[in-house]
Amino acid sequence: MASIKIRAKLSGDVTTVKALIKHPMDTGLVKDKKTGKAIPAHFIQEVTCEHGSNKVLTAMWGGAVSKNPYLSFKFTGAKAGDTVRLSWVDNKGESDSAETQVS
Amino acid sequence: MKKLLTIAATLGLLSAASLAVQASPQEDLKEFRAYFAERFPDVPFKEYVNGVYAIDQASREQWEAIEEFPPYELNIDNGKQAFNTPFKNGKTYASCFRNDGISIKQDYPYYDTATGKVVTLEAAINECRSKNGEEPLKWEKGEIADISAYMSYTSRGNKINVIVPGDEGALAAYTRGKNHFYAKRGQLNMSCADCHQWNAGNRIRADLLSPALGQTTHFPVYRSKWGGLGTLHRRYGGCNKQVRAKPYKPQSDEYQALEYFHTYMGNGLAMNGPGARK
Repeated sequence: MASIKIRAKLSGDVTTVKALIKHPMDTGLVKDKKTGKAIPAHFIQEVTCEHGSNKVLTAMWGGAVSKNPYLSFKFTGAKAGDTVRLSWVDNKGESDSAETQVS
Repeated sequence: MKKLLTIAATLGLLSAASLAVQASPQEDLKEFRAYFAERFPDVPFKEYVNGVYAIDQASREQWEAIEEFPPYELNIDNGKQAFNTPFKNGKTYASCFRNDGISIKQDYPYYDTATGKVVTLEAAINECRSKNGEEPLKWEKGEIADISAYMSYTSRGNKINVIVPGDEGALAAYTRGKNHFYAKRGQLNMSCADCHQWNAGNRIRADLLSPALGQTTHFPVYRSKWGGLGTLHRRYGGCNKQVRAKPYKPQSDEYQALEYFHTYMGNGLAMNGPGARK
């Protein structure tokens, strides 16, 4: 929850979820200028978003996604006040998640 | 006798003419604003603080989307923490500034008649550190940018109020800055004005040139290109490099004078730093 900033807005029947995730998203190909060694790959592999018991989004990411990725998507069927939960898992097995209320 | 009178009269005329050529900062400001008002008749004066986003709708929408999660937020938090952390001698940055350093950026840069130097905010921050026995910070990014970001954030909404007093040294500094702005430089032989005044609003490859009016209001700036926060002098160096001119050192006399002139031209506009730009 410290790495995700999330917002969910309802307009008519459509909820737009916007999130900014703080993550280095290292590809594993960049060399550290000082040591000359490659900075090991460290990127988010899966992002999921749940609304109640429904999984409204599953995203499979790779190293091509940039640092501090911004995600925005829409889904239907939510009401104001519903909880939306976004989680990610990266290639090192680290994960985080954040919740917000639909406004 | 007649010849002496003619010589005296000619000398008198010449000196009067040379005085008239030196326009005052106030006159320059009026001319500057009038130029942009004519070039962008649909842009209200106070909107210039948003640069290209005041003149191009498509990029504005993208910028507004980015501002939903402002990329400089973390920098403001870091800056606030750094600002409030006492030095080894127990004092804090607040002791060096008027109003404890809160909401004061609109006064900068100012001309210090005692030392004969232009004082920029970043210079004042490092001066504060030296006075209190701390090592100075690097000029272009990192902690000094974060502290400047925090101080800019507390000054948001304040109208720029740079003063050029009647002092000879102040006027000279202002003029040096003005000359830098209008002088051609580099292999590409271009001046600041070439892009940001005569060609403001035109495209330069895939980018739009921002107007120089109010250009300093949003600094320090998070540039997507940098992936981080940088100071005004960092950008000055970048601009010089882009026309293939050797850049000056950040906080050099050259850039301080330029900042003095540049910020003065934005007088009356509300500060909106730190900002996010492409």
